[in-house]
This record gives sequence, structure tokens and C-alpha cells, in this order.
Amino acid sequence: MLDKVNKPKLVVIGNGMAGIRTVELLLDRAPHLYDITVFGSEPYGNYNRILLSPVLAGEKTVNDIMLNTEQWYEDNGITLRKGEMIEMIDRRTCEVVTREGARVPYDRLLIATGSNPIMLPLPGKDLRGVIGFRDIQDVEHMVQASTSFKNAVVIGGGLLGLEAANGLMKRGMNVTVVHLLDTLMERQLDQVAGGLLRKSLEERGMVFKMPAQTEAILGEDRVTGVRFADGEEIPADLVVMAVGIRPNIELARKAGLYCERGIVVSDTMQTYDGRIYAVGECVQHRRQTYGLVAPLFDQAKVCANHLAMKGFATYDGSVVSTKLKVTGIDLFSAGDFAPGPDKEEIVMQDASRGVYKRIILRDKKIVGAVLYGDTIDGPWYFQHLRDGTDVSQMRERLVFGAANLGDGGHSGKNSVAAMSDDAEICGCNGVCKGTIVKAISEKKLFTIDDVRAHTKASSSCGSCTGLVEQVLAFTLGGDYSAAPKVKPMCACTDHSHDDARRVIVENGLKTIPDVMKFMDWKTPNGCHSCRPALNYYLLATWPGEYRDDQQSRYINERVHANIQKDGTYSVVPRMWGGVTTPDELRAIADVADKFKIPTVKVTGGQRIDLLGVKKEDLPAVWADLNNAGMVSGHAYAKGLRTVKTCVGSEWCRFGTQDSTGLGIKLEKFMWGSWTPAKVKLAVSGCPRNCAEATCKDVGVVCVDSGFEIHFAGAAGLHIKGTEFLAKAATEEETLEIIAALTQLYREQGWYLERMYKWCDRVGLDAIRKQVVDDVANRKALFSRFAHSQQFSQSDPWAARAQRGVDRNEFTPLAELELA
Amino acid sequence: MTKWIEIGALNDIPVLGSRVVRTASGDIAVFRTSEDEVFALDDRCPHKGGPLSQGIVHNKRVTCPLHNFVIELRSGMAVAPDEGCTRAHPTKVENGMVWLSVQTAAVVPAE
Ligand code: SRM
Ligand SMILES: Cc1cc2nc3c(=O)[nH]c(=O)nc-3n(C[C@H](O)[C@H](O)[C@H](O)COP(=O)(O)OP(=O)(O)OC[C@H]3O[C@@H](n4cnc5c(N)ncnc54)[C@H](O)[C@@H]3O)c2cc1C
Ligand code: SF4
Ligand code: FES
Repeated sequence: MLDKVNKPKLVVIGNGMAGIRTVELLLDRAPHLYDITVFGSEPYGNYNRILLSPVLAGEKTVNDIMLNTEQWYEDNGITLRKGEMIEMIDRRTCEVVTREGARVPYDRLLIATGSNPIMLPLPGKDLRGVIGFRDIQDVEHMVQASTSFKNAVVIGGGLLGLEAANGLMKRGMNVTVVHLLDTLMERQLDQVAGGLLRKSLEERGMVFKMPAQTEAILGEDRVTGVRFADGEEIPADLVVMAVGIRPNIELARKAGLYCERGIVVSDTMQTYDGRIYAVGECVQHRRQTYGLVAPLFDQAKVCANHLAMKGFATYDGSVVSTKLKVTGIDLFSAGDFAPGPDKEEIVMQDASRGVYKRIILRDKKIVGAVLYGDTIDGPWYFQHLRDGTDVSQMRERLVFGAANLGDGGHSGKNSVAAMSDDAEICGCNGVCKGTIVKAISEKKLFTIDDVRAHTKASSSCGSCTGLVEQVLAFTLGGDYSAAPKVKPMCACTDHSHDDARRVIVENGLKTIPDVMKFMDWKTPNGCHSCRPALNYYLLATWPGEYRDDQQSRYINERVHANIQKDGTYSVVPRMWGGVTTPDELRAIADVADKFKIPTVKVTGGQRIDLLGVKKEDLPAVWADLNNAGMVSGHAYAKGLRTVKTCVGSEWCRFGTQDSTGLGIKLEKFMWGSWTPAKVKLAVSGCPRNCAEATCKDVGVVCVDSGFEIHFAGAAGLHIKGTEFLAKAATEEETLEIIAALTQLYREQGWYLERMYKWCDRVGLDAIRKQVVDDVANRKALFSRFAHSQQFSQSDPWAARAQRGVDRNEFTPLAELELA
Repeated sequence: MTKWIEIGALNDIPVLGSRVVRTASGDIAVFRTSEDEVFALDDRCPHKGGPLSQGIVHNKRVTCPLHNFVIELRSGMAVAPDEGCTRAHPTKVENGMVWLSVQTAAVVPAE
């Protein structure tokens, strides 16, 4: 039924950003499903409307902003009917009718007609030289006018108006901006930021008349001036109306589709006629209409998914952020910043640097942010806003941004705009700013994922993500932080980690293929990113029952050693609490000699690493270490790594408790457990804290009266001191709280999410409540941890060295003598 | 002329996994997909020589264990946007046995 002629027909009305994004995603998901026809009333292929402002300002050309060439439509078998306007939708016969009267049938219809600039009903609004700012034609008109005329008036002091005014000024015109209110961009800025913005635009020569109401546009044939309500008249040869946009719903309304301000759609982007979808600025979803691309791209994703007949994704609204694209002015705004009784705000103003920041909090979460002058942390605040992070712990330092929260210095102290092209952005992969900028413009990248795929920047440790986002925003000129509210696990699915965890529990799914089938995975067997995650979720959910899938484990966990750059492995035996014996040391020395192991090194985790072991030697090396009583140190595992200790009361003159002994008890109880990411512990014998317990996932600091338990610290990519969790009186209680904490993390953490990130996400209070305050819950968590430990505490080295588990893994399939 | 060598049983290679065949001119990684197809590649990632045999196999691809290049099993080509190619060797499965035809000078000039 799916041969060329009989394919269902998809007709798209509107060749703009939302419509074509939907088509692109649809082609990606179900390449051959539909016979697609696109109607666009503009005489071009698809272009990046956002970049009209830089085109107007002369910073880019029309050619630079084309997104899809006509060849692209052809290559993908899409019929593009550009310059053709749809006049009517005939829902009875399922046809669209063009202005010329041609009828084209559809099985599915997508309306993506965008919006129209609002033209105030003033006398003189139809004069020549009075225009809106929406498309290439408008820009051409303005550029033309700037060559033969002098005076321009822009009505509207919002984002669009200011970008138009800036562009016209760059083209040499005298520009007056008329605004009804006394704050510029009042929808995005508060008064202070609006004032700062006005001041710096005035310094560049822009003239403002505000608050002011336009009464009439003057002129006979072409505009000559503007008159205001207060009677003042100013000369004008060009008037740009930028007072807002109105969703373009005429067509839908005429077809009898239910519309309010926009075309009303469901969470699957369908109109009241299930065959007809709508996306973009013409749409109203849960009472909201949107005028920025990021939410429209979210909509496009859901719509494409549904059109591809994978109807499980839903759209549940977006939060948006804005940047003004006027070169040299740094301004960022996101979320809701209207004052309210339930809101708190943090304000910082540094008049001499021209910096202003206002962060609005409600219920411990960021709900809005306005930044002026220093917007480097914009994406960072926005991320927390979208994720709904509990920020109470960083409240005091919040306003100073990510760099002041101990980011190991990676998160961008310098403005990317000021960086030279050869400045390194991604330290892991050695990617420079110039390379990223080039890839973004040449390959037309839109999202951080695209940039990751094409340049590798931010694809490893991720600490430069904020910087890369800024390069993206700066290169594209607009706000492209199109990261969806809910992040999918990877490209194989639209579902998030939370979705997967929930679905596994609720539906009793017990194998990776079952989960993939149930959740409609897009790839036959996932990838290196989702399979290990699902394997962990199943393992953590069904202890003792789920059979660990070796082929869904990273090599290190599959062979219980760490792969090295040359393909050899490293072997790290456990040294409980960092304590060893002459016998163990002798055995290690013997193994090193016997297997000619090139490097023996003390690790940062208080134990010894044997580096450069050949894979086929691993079982024999382990056998020798086992014989001396040693087991795997899991230096490779998303699981318990080390428990660092100090000498404590056994030896140290300051020691208050037996920190070494407690560390060993903890390690013996917790080793072998699989966790979302690695877990490192430390126990210090007194507040001098020689075991560095306060930068570990879990740290205990012994005091005279007992044990202070801290958690959610880190000292790698991020440097973060721990949070205080609880004080315990006895070792038993300490152990119980730590095991319960670990279990909660095991049940809630996303794969590869370190404990401190999990804590950021779900909130310190929520964790404390479940692990400390609610004693019954703590005991339940503890017993679930203990239950699962029954199945995980058998030495994986012994299994392989002595019982031949996975023997195939360590021997070649064949050895060939080849000439 | 294709010279086929029997290298072992299909069941000796884990599904979605890989085994190594040693040869005088370097290791060859032999992969098995979820559909029991078998592919063979030089066990060297075009990026920095990582042992592809140690990677995670998905669909008809393998992800290098060192820095996550994704390589097409059939052609040895890196999946865009990564670039590079490793040598592929023809394989066939007959009666549950895997056969390999080792390519030598074809891609890499002989020493
Ligand atoms: C061996 C060791 C370095 C050494 O020679 O001392 C080491 C080696 C590696 N570390 Fe580490 N880390 C070692 C202690 C640390 C420490 C110090 C500590 O544990 O007290 C830290 C900072 C503390 C922390 O984790 O917060 C540390 C923070 C990291 C990170 C950053 C983690 C983060 O979330 O910020 C990574 C990257 C990752 O895990 O994604 C990492 C990753 C790695 C990897 C696994 C890189 C890799 O993927 O191949 C290295 C494996 C080498 C190998 O084959 O053994 N290593 N690494 C240390 C082993 C400790 C042990 O006995 O098990
Ligand atoms: C100057 C400017 C700057 C902007 N800056 C930003 C920014 O910095 N950040 C940001 O996020 N957003 C910005 N935007 C907004 C962004 O461009 C829009 O949100 C986005 O383009 C809307 O996409 P859409 O597909 O809904 O509509 P459009 O892109 O407008 O596409 C609709 C298309 O449908 C066609 N059409 C309409 N009716 C018919 C019909 N009956 N028959 C056939 N075709 C029809 C139209 O010709 C048009 O091409 C800016 C917009 C402008 C104008
Ligand atoms: S051991 Fe750790 S710090 Fe050293 S190179 Fe490897 S990952 Fe980097
Ligand atoms: S060596 Fe394979 S990805 Fe780097």
C-alpha cells in the first residue's frame, strides 16, 4: 500500500520555520511514509526568519540565511509549490484550494502559516513606505528605502522594533523609536534593565519618543511624517510597524476549525479535525501562543512523531528565553518576572560596569531571570529554570553565576563573543571556537546536539556545554536554546530517563528488548548510550531477577578492568579503606613481575593500579591476586569505587573515632553495588578531614559525639563541597543512613548522573526527608539495599579467573597464519 | 580470487558482540548482529586506533570504546559527521560456521 502512487498524501501549508522543521523530523523518523507537498506563499525555499535582523543590519546576506535549497526538496521527493497561496481548505473533500483555483487532495494536512505583523488601524496606514517587519520582502523594502531616504520611524519598542531600528540605523538612517509604554521590551525586561538598554541605544544615536501614542501617519502618496497624540509631528520617509504579531488563522477559521487567538490544538498538535495538524506561531496550545522558535521546534518534534504514527510523544508547553540581536548589547531574559507575593527576587546592580541581574525565585526554584550587560550565565539560569532545580542551597551565590559555584573553571568566565577563533572551547576534544562557528554556519546546525555530533565539542565531559551554547546563540544570532523541557535519553527515543524508569516499574518490564518495544524505540537495538542505561535501570529495579546483559555494558564493566589508550587494561584490586598488608604488596609485586606489567601506580583513591595488562592475561592476573585474598576494586564501575579513610583514633593524636574501621565496614557492606554513576566515599577521623570527606559522594566526618554524614560532593569536572545530611550517634546508624541514601539514589538517579547532580535535581530537602526524617522509609530503603547486595557481592574476578565465566571474552576466536 | 577460511562457530560470537581473530598483520574483529549477520573489520578505529572489538554493537554498527566513534560494520566507514574508514573483510555463515576472507594489500599498501 505504500508504493509511490498509493502513499498517503501530506500537504503542508506554510514553508516557514515550524512547518519545514516538522517535515525534516518526519523524514528522519519515517522517510518514505508520505507523498509530501509544501505550499509557501513566499517565492523562496525555506529560510531562517530570525536572521532577517542581521540581514537588515548588513551583517549577513539573504543567501546566508537559506535553510533548505530547492534541491533539498527535490532530493527528498517533496513537491515544493513556492509562491502559491492556499485560499481555502475543503474539509468535505479533503482538498486544499490555491488562489488560482487548483485543488490538491490530502490525507493529512499540516497548517503552519505563522503570523502576520499587526498593522495599527491609523489614518495613513496604507501609504507607500509603511510596512511591517516579517519577511525578506520587508527587509528588501527597508534596505531600498535607506538608500534614498533619511528619516525612519519605528513604531514599537519591543524585540522586533529595536532590531529593525538598529538595522536601519546601521544603514545610515535617522531612526526614532516610538513606544506606547515607558519601558522598552516590557514583556521581557523590567524597568531597570529597560532603562539600561535605552541608555546604551541612545548612546549609539537612536532617538526615543516614549511613552507616546501615534495618532496618524501623514502623507499623500508616500509617507512624509507621523503625528502623535500630544500634537507633535516628526518627519518620516519610512514607517515600520512592529507592535506585535497576530496568528495567521484566517484559513483555519474559514474551514470551520476551532480557533481562539490561534488555531486550538491538542497535546499531539492536532486541531479539532484529527486529520489536520497545526504547528508554529499560528497555533494556540493550552491557552498559549508562541512567537519564538524554540517552542515551535518542540511542537514540530511532537507533530512529526505523531505523523510518523509513533503517537506517544506529547507537547506540554515550553518556557522561553529571549536575547536581543543587536551586536554589542548583551541582554537576556527568560521566564516569568512579574512581581508577585509568592516570589522572591535577587537583584545585583553594578552601575559602573553597566551590569544588572535579577533572578526571580518561587518555591526554591528559578522562575525568571533578567540579565543585562553580563549574560554569560543566561543559559545556565535557563537550564535550572527549565529543569526546575531546587536552588536553595546555592542561593547566596546564585547571582554570581555558574563560575562561582566551583565549576573547575570551565564554565566560561570570558564572554565567547570576545574570544578569538583559536580559543579552545572543549578541552577534552580540543575544539576551538572557530571550528564550532564554522560548523554551525556551514552545516546549518541549530541545536547543541547537532554541534556535538559535528564537532565533538561538549560531547565528552560536558563541562563546556554552557560555552558551546553561547557560541551557538552568538553565531546564530537568535535564541536557539531549543533544548526541550524534557530531555530524551538519546537519539533512539523521545523518552526521558524518568519515563524509562517509570515505565519499567509500572509495567513490570524485564528485558531491554521489552522496554524498547513497549516504548517504541526508533532503532532496532538502541545504541551505546541508551542500552547501558536501560541495563542499569533493569538491574536496579529487579535485583536477583534481571539477567545482566553483558553486551549492553561498556567494555570496562564487561571485562572488569579499565581499557587504556593502547587497548591494554589496568587492574586495581580493592584495598579496604586504603589499608594493605605486606602479603598483599608482595602478591602485587609478584604479579607485576610475572606478567611483565609495565607500570605500578598509586591511585588517587588510596590503592594500587597495575597498568598495561594484556587482555588475555587478565584472568591469570586475577587468579594470582585472588589467591592472595584480593578482589576487584571496581575501579571501572558505575558502582562503589573507593572508601578513603584516614588513620583515625587508632593512631592519630586527634582522632575521635575509628575512621579506618568504619571506612572498611562501609566498603565491605557496599562493594559490588551498581549505581547510576560511580560512588566514592571517605571517612575522616576528625574535622581536620585528612580523608577529604567533604568532596565525596558520601563523606563521614567523625566528631567526639558521633558521626556527621555529608553527601553530594565532587572533585572532578566539578568541584563541589558536600551538603550536610545528618548526624548519627553510632556506626550502625551511620551505615544505615548511608545505605538508605545510596538506595534512594539507585532508584531515582539517571544513568551517569553523579550523586551531586541527582541532589540538585530532586532537592536536598526531599532527600533528607526520605532518608533521615522518615525513619520507617529509611529502614525500607536500607532493606532494599541489603536485599540487592545479596546478588551483587560476588567477586567478578574470581568468577572469570576460577569459574570460566565469559571465557570467550578473553581468548581470540581464531589465530590465523597468514602470509 | 577469494580465499575463504573457516574461523569458528557462529555461536562462539555473542549476539550483539564480537570476537577477535589474530593474524600476522593485526587483529580482525568479527561482529555478530541481533539478526545473526556477521561482519569483520580491522580491529583498529580510524580515529586513534581503538580496538573496535571491545565496543558496543548496535544495529549494524559498533561504537568504539575509546571515544565513541560509530563505525558501520558493513563498510568500515565512520558514521557522519565523524570521518574515517577501517578495512572491512568479507564473511559468510554456512551451516553455523563462520568464514572469513582476509583482505590484505587492497586498502593499506603492503609494507
Ligand atoms: C586511576 C585514577 C587516576 C590515578 O592514577 O590516580 C583515575 C583514572 C581515571 N579516572 Fe578518575 N581516576 C582516579 C581518581 C579520581 C579522583 C580522586 C578520588 O577518587 O579521590 C577523582 C575526583 C573525585 C571525584 O570523582 O569527584 C576522579 C575524577 C574522575 C572523573 C570526573 C568525575 C565527575 O563526575 O566529575 C572522571 C570522568 C568520568 O567518570 O566520567 C574520571 C575518569 C577516570 C578514567 C576512568 C577515565 C576513563 O574513562 O578511562 C580513568 C581510568 C584510568 C584507569 O584505567 O585506571 N575520573 N578520578 C584514580 C583511580 C582511583 C581509584 O583507586 O579507583
Ligand atoms: C525579524 C524577526 C526576528 C526574529 N527574531 C527571533 C529570535 O531572535 N528568536 C526567536 O526565537 N524568534 C525570532 N523571531 C520569530 C521567529 O522567526 C518565528 O517565531 C518563526 O519564524 C515562526 O515560524 P512559523 O513556521 O510559525 O511561521 P513562519 O516562519 O512565518 O512561516 C509561515 C509561512 O507560511 C506562509 N503562509 C502563510 N499563509 C499561507 C497560505 N495561506 N498559503 C501558503 N503559505 C502561507 C508564509 O508565507 C510563511 O512563509 C523573529 C521573527 C522576525 C520576523
Ligand atoms: S587519569 Fe583522570 S585526569 Fe588523568 S588523564 Fe585520565 S581521566 Fe584525565
Ligand atoms: S580511537 Fe576510536 S573513537 Fe577514538
